[in-house]
Amino acid sequence: MKVGRSPEWVAYGLIAPSVVFLALLFLWPLTETALMAFREPGRGWTAVHLRKMIGDLNFTVSLKNTLLLVAAVVPVQLALALGMASLLDRIPRGRSVFLYIWTVSLGISDLAAGLAWLSILGDRGYFNTILHMAGIVDQPVNWLSYRHPLALFLCIFIAEVWRATAIVLVIVVAGWQLIPREYGEAAEVLGASPWQKFRRVTLPLLKPTVQSALILRTVLAFEVFAVVYALAGRDFPVLVGEAYNWQGAYQNTHVASAYALFILTISIAATFVYLKALRVRRETLS
Amino acid sequence: MKRSAERQFWMASALALLWLMPVYAIAVSALSPEADLLAWPKSWLPAALSWETLRFFVQVAGVWDAVINSAIVAALTMVFSIALGAPAGYSLARFHFKGQNLFRMLIVMTRAFPLAILSLPLVTRFISVGLYDTHLGVALVHTALALPFSILVSSSLFMGIPRELEEASWTLGCGKIRSFARIVLPLALPGLAATMIFAFVVSWNEVFAASVLTLNQRTLTAFLFASLEESPLHFRLAGGFFLTVPSLVFIFAVRKYLFSMWGISDK
Repeated sequence: MKVGRSPEWVAYGLIAPSVVFLALLFLWPLTETALMAFREPGRGWTAVHLRKMIGDLNFTVSLKNTLLLVAAVVPVQLALALGMASLLDRIPRGRSVFLYIWTVSLGISDLAAGLAWLSILGDRGYFNTILHMAGIVDQPVNWLSYRHPLALFLCIFIAEVWRATAIVLVIVVAGWQLIPREYGEAAEVLGASPWQKFRRVTLPLLKPTVQSALILRTVLAFEVFAVVYALAGRDFPVLVGEAYNWQGAYQNTHVASAYALFILTISIAATFVYLKALRVRRETLS
Repeated sequence: MKRSAERQFWMASALALLWLMPVYAIAVSALSPEADLLAWPKSWLPAALSWETLRFFVQVAGVWDAVINSAIVAALTMVFSIALGAPAGYSLARFHFKGQNLFRMLIVMTRAFPLAILSLPLVTRFISVGLYDTHLGVALVHTALALPFSILVSSSLFMGIPRELEEASWTLGCGKIRSFARIVLPLALPGLAATMIFAFVVSWNEVFAASVLTLNQRTLTAFLFASLEESPLHFRLAGGFFLTVPSLVFIFAVRKYLFSMWGISDK
């Protein structure tokens, strides 16, 4: 139904400024980045920058680090978010307080989040004090160094899980609320255990939600950057960090753009994998 | 049944405490004198709270300028994203037009866009048009990040305002524009304020674009990020705390709108 006699052009007029703005600041930089990555002034099309990126010592390391981190962080975040959402579903009181506390990191800068964990995991941090009390170490140990690759990875893993589980939680909680209560009650009447209810009723109905949460979180996880730098400095290269270095330190926008394009490519690839693997049938969408 | 509900509650509480730990740790660190910060082993409760570390932080050359830069950029982002986003949100909520779904999809897609792609080509372009290293330049990129949110939130806001109210005012002889200003706007105002606050936080927190697009007009995040390697621990931790506080306050203020921020409706 149309409102009053407002012609369609009013609707277009209202969205026009943001369409123009988004086109200018998304589509145009995308084209520009692609051109930057594959062209050289005066030499036309070239794969030089791409080869330079792949040939770079840090490329393989940063790719491996980023992929490992994504592979470790995302499933844990999904599991945690599902667990939190199911707790929220069942606790008798204080739901909104818990929701606020668990999503507190949503408002915190990734840089600040990294620094917060630095105060815990750094050599003079609380974690070392716990280890000291347990008699495991007697001197402060700097776990955030390439000399302890596993500990370093775990530290970044923990900080990332803390920082970005919130967004998965928000999406999952929103989806959870759309599931009619009757389904769960029916399962209970039929004698389903809480786990069976979750596994057989809630989870299948939550599939579209899980899919979008996974896509968004994975894509954002490929952009991990400031947390890593706050904790590990250059000891743990990641893809966006390399783009930053090529742009800033090495003053080569071409290779930096190649990195940016590469990150976009794996993001799109991951999205397709999720869309294929978690195919959502129309009828499950309510 | 009752016992299990209690158990869930305690589990949730334990998890919540765990979740607050980093916030506690950085707050205590920033409010401890340097000597306590470097003490070994650490005490669990702060031995002495003092402003010393934070005072040192704000007095370091460049920090205060960076804070002001951050505030200006965030304020600009706030204004741009509401000025562009609210009309678009209203249009999505009140009209049916061709390409509506495409537009929605476009907005959702922008959230999955690597920031590096957005900001890298802009460096060269901004240098040539004189926007590099300016507040306006950074604010434009931050607006691109915040705009999708502000469109989605304001669209869900306007959807929540009964169309009948507007139509009633038309039949009573109110013009379209006046009816919007008198009826819709006052009802939408708290939500729009929340949208603006959210845009502010997005900008205040952003690191990558601010870092590559500025050199002298560093925002606080860019300044902190650039000095990570050479600055002492208490400086970094005070900086982290300083970044966190306004965000926490703001997010607390807008927690009601948490869900529509991500384009999902909360019942």
